[in-house]
Amino acid sequence: MPYLEIDNLSADYGKVPVLQDINLAVERGEIVSIIGPSGSGKSTLLRVLTGLLKPRAGSVAVAGEKLRYDSPKDLRRAREKFAIVFQQFNLFQNMTALRNVTIAPTIVQKRKAAEVEAEARALLEKVGLSHRIDAYPDEMSGGQQQRVAIARALALKPDILHLDEVTSALDPELVSEVLDTIRLLADDGMTMMIVSHEMGFVREVSSKVVFMADGRVVEVGPPEQIFDNPQTQRCTDFVSRILRH
Amino acid sequence: MPSILEELPRFFNYYNSIFLAKAFLYTLVLSFVGCGVGFLAGFVLAILRTRRINRWAGLRWLATLWVEVWRRIPFLVKLMVVFFAFQFAGGNVSMFTVAATTIALSASAFSAENIRAGIESVHPNQWDAAETMNMGGLTALRRVILPQAWSVIIPPSMTYSVGLVKSTSIASQIGVLEMTSVAKILNQKGFSAALCFGSILLMYFVICYSLNRLAAYMEVRLALPRNR
Repeated sequence: MPYLEIDNLSADYGKVPVLQDINLAVERGEIVSIIGPSGSGKSTLLRVLTGLLKPRAGSVAVAGEKLRYDSPKDLRRAREKFAIVFQQFNLFQNMTALRNVTIAPTIVQKRKAAEVEAEARALLEKVGLSHRIDAYPDEMSGGQQQRVAIARALALKPDILHLDEVTSALDPELVSEVLDTIRLLADDGMTMMIVSHEMGFVREVSSKVVFMADGRVVEVGPPEQIFDNPQTQRCTDFVSRILRH
Repeated sequence: MPSILEELPRFFNYYNSIFLAKAFLYTLVLSFVGCGVGFLAGFVLAILRTRRINRWAGLRWLATLWVEVWRRIPFLVKLMVVFFAFQFAGGNVSMFTVAATTIALSASAFSAENIRAGIESVHPNQWDAAETMNMGGLTALRRVILPQAWSVIIPPSMTYSVGLVKSTSIASQIGVLEMTSVAKILNQKGFSAALCFGSILLMYFVICYSLNRLAAYMEVRLALPRNR
């Protein structure tokens, strides 16, 4: 039984179907990357999993536990399984880096403040920001903010970490510091789903690559298959277009 | 001018001073209670209007109606509406209650809009982040959204409160013994208009200027760290 199992998951924005019959299995410790043209539903899939968009049909299970997205109680349960890092960082602007990391574990998970703070400091050190602990988001560079956001997500101790185009809003010279941080997590065996346009990075870290188009999963395979020997026409077209430059 | 100076000790006799001081307190309490209750009600209205929760659709519609109607009616008319509404309901209430209710009603409608604007000025992605971290709506509002919204909410709300303090003078029309009525009564008793209205002019100024200072102080205190 896979660690994360997505069965026939569908979702709509209003009346527009944005996800159609998504089937996907992720093993524990696996890094699954999702690629595809814009509007293909990559980010939407992560939004559905983290409870920001209600699915219309289908099911999601983590470690055999079926997640529902109906009642507030079900939603809370589902969100305990996942943490997400957003393209625009979404750090709380009114809090320091440290407070951004500690707030949910203390306020939501009701864990001991001293213990949470010690962990948060360790996490911020891990992402290379022990010197920026008291900085507010707008005093930090994009790369620093995104690393705080990663620390914040890890502090929730999620089963699976979702990364939604985490380098897309960064200046080119800041991309590598964030990718290096993700590599650290990969080394720790963190199970991750990564939506990304950094194809070199995707190829390097992923155990599995999912190609999506028009709200559907078109092709799934190891990176060598997707990038070197795609089995479908759409994937072939996409890969040839992005690898040309 | 000499006649006014001559009149001064007579004007500020024991009885008149108490009368004026009471009116000052009356205006102050009326404004404070009205604005306070109105601001709290404005919060509820703003939350109803900004959170898109389906179960609340009916309430949201009512909140919108409330805000849109009361913001477009002159204070005096609102005062009459409240006055007759209480009469119609058969309630034997004091004029203070009528005036305070009217102020609260105005303040609720206006502050609802100020608070809504404040909440909406915060980027929606702050809600997303809070939600995925399992923060409840009210927790997110209190810990994440409002701290970023005060700088938008406070200035117009304080300006409007100052306006309402001045509007309390209209309550003299229904016989509330606030500062303006007292000035009129003293004037009718034969004291010179300059003294009667001059003294309440000063008192209004003291209240409103203090409010403005408070607003300036709060703006600094509640601003995000970068704007301090």
